[in-house]
Amino acid sequence: MNTFKIGGVHPEPNKLSAGKKIETLALPNQAVFPLSQHIGAPAVPCVQKGDQVLVGTRIADAGGFMSSPIHSSVSGKVSKIDSVVDASGFRKPAIFIDVDGDEWEPDIDRTDTLALLCTLSREEILDRIRNAGVVGMGGACFPTHVKLSPPKDCKIDVLIVNAVECEPYLTSDHMLMLEHSDEIIVGVRILLKVLGIDRAVIGIEENKADAIQLMQSKTSMVSGIEIMPLKMKYPQGGEKQLIEAVTGRQVPPPPALPANVGCVVQNVGTVFAVYEAVQKKKPLIERIVTVTGKSVKNPCNLKVRLGTPVSQLIEYAGGMPEDTGKLISGGPMMGRPLLDDKAPVVKGTSGILMIPEADAVRCAERNCIRCAKCVQACPMGLEPYLLATASEAGDWATAEENWIMSCIECGCCQSTCPSRRPLLDWVRLAKNRVGGIIRARNAKK
Amino acid sequence: MSFLLTAVLVLGLTGLLLGLVLYAVSRKFKVEEDPRVGQITELLPGANCGGCGFPGCAAFAEACVKSESMDGLKCSVCKSEVMQQIAAITGHAVEVGVAKVAVVRCAGSCTNRPRINSYDGAKSCAAAALMNGGETGCFFGCLGCGDCVRACKFDAIHMNPETGIPVVEQDKCTACGACAKACPRMIIELRNKNKLDRRVFVSCVNKDKGPVAKKACSVACIGCGKCVKVCPFEAITLDSNLAYIDFEKCRLCRKCVDECPQHTIQAVNFPPRKMASPSESQQQVPATENSVEQLKAEI
Amino acid sequence: MAQKLFITTSPHVHCGDTIERNMRTVIWALVPAFIASVIVFGAGALIVTATSVASCLFFEWFITRFLLKRPSTLSDGSAIITGILLAFNLPSNIPLYMIVMGALVAIGIGKMVFGGLGNNPFNPALVGRVFLLISFPARMTSWPVPHQMVAYADAVTGATPLNLIGQIAGGNTAAADQLPGLKDLFLGNIGGCLGEVSALALLIGLVILLWRKVITWHIPVTILATVTVFTGIMWLINPVLYVNPLYHLCAGGLMLGAVFMATDYVTSPMTAKGMVWYGIGIGFLTVIIRYFGSYPEGMSFAILIMNAVVPLINNWCKPKRFGEAAK
Repeated sequence: MNTFKIGGVHPEPNKLSAGKKIETLALPNQAVFPLSQHIGAPAVPCVQKGDQVLVGTRIADAGGFMSSPIHSSVSGKVSKIDSVVDASGFRKPAIFIDVDGDEWEPDIDRTDTLALLCTLSREEILDRIRNAGVVGMGGACFPTHVKLSPPKDCKIDVLIVNAVECEPYLTSDHMLMLEHSDEIIVGVRILLKVLGIDRAVIGIEENKADAIQLMQSKTSMVSGIEIMPLKMKYPQGGEKQLIEAVTGRQVPPPPALPANVGCVVQNVGTVFAVYEAVQKKKPLIERIVTVTGKSVKNPCNLKVRLGTPVSQLIEYAGGMPEDTGKLISGGPMMGRPLLDDKAPVVKGTSGILMIPEADAVRCAERNCIRCAKCVQACPMGLEPYLLATASEAGDWATAEENWIMSCIECGCCQSTCPSRRPLLDWVRLAKNRVGGIIRARNAKK
Repeated sequence: MSFLLTAVLVLGLTGLLLGLVLYAVSRKFKVEEDPRVGQITELLPGANCGGCGFPGCAAFAEACVKSESMDGLKCSVCKSEVMQQIAAITGHAVEVGVAKVAVVRCAGSCTNRPRINSYDGAKSCAAAALMNGGETGCFFGCLGCGDCVRACKFDAIHMNPETGIPVVEQDKCTACGACAKACPRMIIELRNKNKLDRRVFVSCVNKDKGPVAKKACSVACIGCGKCVKVCPFEAITLDSNLAYIDFEKCRLCRKCVDECPQHTIQAVNFPPRKMASPSESQQQVPATENSVEQLKAEI
Repeated sequence: MAQKLFITTSPHVHCGDTIERNMRTVIWALVPAFIASVIVFGAGALIVTATSVASCLFFEWFITRFLLKRPSTLSDGSAIITGILLAFNLPSNIPLYMIVMGALVAIGIGKMVFGGLGNNPFNPALVGRVFLLISFPARMTSWPVPHQMVAYADAVTGATPLNLIGQIAGGNTAAADQLPGLKDLFLGNIGGCLGEVSALALLIGLVILLWRKVITWHIPVTILATVTVFTGIMWLINPVLYVNPLYHLCAGGLMLGAVFMATDYVTSPMTAKGMVWYGIGIGFLTVIIRYFGSYPEGMSFAILIMNAVVPLINNWCKPKRFGEAAK
């Protein structure tokens, strides 16, 4: 079975919500839409206080090419344009909408019938994807229309669909495949049309045997779409690791992109959003979120309207357990800690995870004992102990020489360190500083 | 015995020969250096703190000798007499600088600014500032991990364990600026030391709207602008919900200190005034440089 | 929401590994060799091991608490391991005061002077052993004959297989008759230092370490392979003077060094490539010293020399970076 060659770890899968059918969460009383839910320029509001909106109304325009519009997921009145502390951990500007009823924009197709055919041209498809505000749903939130427009000199030959979901606890992609396999396949074919290629590979980790079987049976009659089971290893779902496992090619270090090795990678949730955007004219207004945790009473997979405060999801899952030490947006290896439960669900919220205090608290750090477990674990072939020491000393030159910009912040190193050193904290700091140095250097040129 | 003699002669001659080789090499490959560079380096404090902008005292000395004037060349650590001596060596004139001191513009102690969350990551303000807003409701205030303490080469700034905010020892502070550079939130500023080391400053850098700031910290600046109105010297400006006192214009009259409803503006090294009403004496007094003596007494 | 949350960034979970767990596993892996040493050397083995471990613990505690003025680090288990490994490098009839001196040097100079665990460039147990070897060469190179169960300081001594191998190579072919069979060498019915006699016990230890993922295969396998190849070539050139590689693998401190000493975390390289070169260097130097040096055993010196080269190895042998080839 294919996998990536360097490094990797095997965290406990803890897929507590596996097999739980997707449930639709009730509408919130107030929906909050941060203007920056994607990589690139923040969106610019195009509504103001007092405006009435419907579900699917555009409330913020894209702030440039590398940006994405935002649509209201509820109908009601714009109450204010203020700020909210979102998953980034900082106060960010956001549009607040008081919910009133559930009226949708008239041109959205709300039926469930599978729309198999797509007769639109490539440009028309890209327009629909862009105008629908579709961004990467795996967590990175890269604007999809930008990814589907690779540089002219890159010859793309394969579309890789990331249905790996290697993070422990998360099951939203798994359930999406089990319940919407047909739509996903139509979405894949639409993307193949946009890219002008005829080969797609859907990578699924081997622990999702039912999804693999289902997708294989659905694609057996379809040419050009291959289902590839992948060995269970974290971070198999990382873009670069996935490309290596599927095609054997390694993406060169930044600023190179997957497009440089002929690949475009899209999360399976993004593919579904593309289907809805293109075939149903439905902008990105809701997503599947896994709510889970060892002490959570009712781990579940919820279909949630964007803008719903996380507190509502937690309440549905049985309330925040008393022993909760950390509230995470995402998975335990790369998720972002939330400062409180008022943060809203955004386009990249793949899961809400409550970690008990006993597991969340960090043990005291000790001297590096040079066991090299971090080096063995790093999937990018780096030396985390060296990068962390250089960062602590402010030695940005050594960090840059040792390929620190290749770090994907997967957390493998810190999760294996017996001395409990906060390796990734230091590496992140150095990446920030070295990135600034490189930008300044390039600007001078 | 002869072998002893042979050994001594051989080693002695080898030593002599090698010594001559070393001498010849040191003469042939000698680097000509302006002797003034050495003289100036002797005068400098030798802390290599980088406050002058050069990587070390020797580099600063070289820059002094090479440049055509002393403009922009100042060692803030050494006293003005020393700077005059350096100027005399280079033959240029040097302006007398104004004494400055590092000022920590945050009073968000644990009492004033409650911790609503916990941070247990790497003990680095720079790293913590990147992660998220921090343990309190104020995303601008001191993080308390001590980057400034580590940056100081003169042992002039220490963390107060009770308040979680650093305290500057003004007698040791040389205003080299290392702590100000180290602080990722730019809380520390080099301000004029003034006569009797007095200074008045807004001890807050929070730019959130008033209600948000006040909810997070009881002594936050809420941007009400009362201080701006009351200042007779137009030294105070209001920008992004935050007041700022220009230390060049401030005359230390302290009208703003009394006017501020949040007690955010601090006056340091002034004699204590008689309280106007009993209620004022019950106000929370934020940890200030005044309490350095208190801190020293406690340690 | 009433709770205070931890807001530290990812990763938010840990595999649960600790320094103590790794040290505990190493101690378990040393147990078979300890049992073998007691079976072969009896009371002497117990006395030497107990003294060594107790001294190492005492010195580390004393130095850490009173000279460095830090909290005690005894609980991490590394002092116990240094004690056991130092004992395993000593003959079973060595006087107590020498053991204590060795422990002081091993812990004090081998480890604490550099700042404690994680900072030492040389393997502490080997520093202690080499100090004793140079200071007390006679006592350190006389080994009791096996199976004297209650003898300690008064044990009868005799030539070890490594001594004999050295004599054979020097031209004394009669020594070949005294050489024990491979079975005895493998099981440990031979003379030598406490921990090095039983290749079988040490291999069991290796399996434990590999299974629990405390070490990787690179260092032990490379050392043993290099020694096999080098002594194999010598043996093929002249089978009369040079014994076959299997004797070398089981005799002397090679197996102990390859499995426990060279694989010490702090003093070994950080990358797989580096570990392979390190192993080759150790294997090569060991055979050179065994055949062409004046000491019968070259393992300790070989490891210490390669320890000194480790920073250079770490600099030169970087891991294969993702995307390197394409760059």
